[in-house]
Amino acid sequence: MSRHELDARRLLCPLPVIRVQEKVKTLERGDTLDVLCSDPGALNDIPAWCRINGHKLIDTRSEGHHITITIEVG
Amino acid sequence: MLAARLIADQGIHVEGINFYTGFCVEGHTHAIRNQHRAKPKRNNALWVAERLNIKLHIIDVIEQYKDVVINPKHGYGANMNPCLGCKSFMVGKARQWMEQNGFDFIITGEVIGQRPKSQRRDTMPVVARESGAFDRLLRPLCARLLPPTLPEREGWVNREKLLRMNGRSRKPQMALAKQFGFRDYAQPAGGCCFLTDKRYSHKLADLWQSRGEKRYDLDDIMLLKVGRHLRPRANFKLIVGRDDGENNFLHGYRRQYVHMFPTSHKGPLVLVNGTADASDLQLAARLTARFSQGKEDEEVTVAVCNTEGGQQLVAVRPMSPAEIPGDWYL
Ligand code: SF4
Repeated sequence: MSRHELDARRLLCPLPVIRVQEKVKTLERGDTLDVLCSDPGALNDIPAWCRINGHKLIDTRSEGHHITITIEVG
Repeated sequence: MLAARLIADQGIHVEGINFYTGFCVEGHTHAIRNQHRAKPKRNNALWVAERLNIKLHIIDVIEQYKDVVINPKHGYGANMNPCLGCKSFMVGKARQWMEQNGFDFIITGEVIGQRPKSQRRDTMPVVARESGAFDRLLRPLCARLLPPTLPEREGWVNREKLLRMNGRSRKPQMALAKQFGFRDYAQPAGGCCFLTDKRYSHKLADLWQSRGEKRYDLDDIMLLKVGRHLRPRANFKLIVGRDDGENNFLHGYRRQYVHMFPTSHKGPLVLVNGTADASDLQLAARLTARFSQGKEDEEVTVAVCNTEGGQQLVAVRPMSPAEIPGDWYL
């Protein structure tokens, strides 16, 4: 189980979701991924994408204009 | 959504595909703007998939889609929308995906006569043929008005349970949505693609004209969605942030574009797109001042910044509305 990071800042939705989708394909079950984004739409889209595809949302944090979403690959 | 539900109700495994062209309108593309922050920021395709309890694959087709927009095989619609060619392209991509992932057929939510150019009885076979999907393309909402497709002939799908919708009215869809218990069902006519938007299309045409060729990259088409665009001279245009959200978004481009903002007053971040000489920059600074809170003042100080981070302060008189011809606004 390893921890990974994805920088999706400056990308507008749904590109952050697409990048997460691509990244998760390369990860193992139980790995965690921290996604950095700047489009607030990701706060809805990434959790929705996780629910549909059986991944777990661990945490979301906002700092100024930046958001970090942590997910666990299911 | 309705087509997927009709087929899923027959006990068939359905998964969704959503293509991202770069021109898609998402509720939250507008979320960049402060005033839209309160609206729900959902991705419609994800929302629909969740309601239907199906998987959704969002596929980035930004690069391949360029040819569809730049060289539309069947021309454009009322604006820069190449709908017929676009449908053939997307169904073609869905066909490839179907083949690679072991699926048997494709469904779309098309209805005969819904759109004057791209959803007519005579264009339906064009999409089936050009996409290479042929009779593996099923339109459940109007299937009974069309010849039976492979899934119907093979008995994978019960044709009797498919529909015969046709015409422009969306009432039958709304009624069906109600019957399925879909509240908050919204599929705005042509509302999901910036290429059907008159203003956006005008800005895209201006971009191509200024370049002398039909060419774009993702940043170009993203920037067309943001800010006020003004072209005071053929060699450059300005992109003016309309609120903090847009200013912040444009700020992300500060290493790619010469940009400016007022320092003596509150005001927008402005990107200079094109090649601008000293007199162009002077004009741009006066326009920047016009959109600042100092627009009625004698003088506004504007920081003019290059892409390396260098900055020069200039004091300018804000332009008056009378000095700004209407056709500068794109
Ligand atoms: S509205 Fe846009 S996405 Fe839809 S068919 Fe036309 S060009 Fe394609």
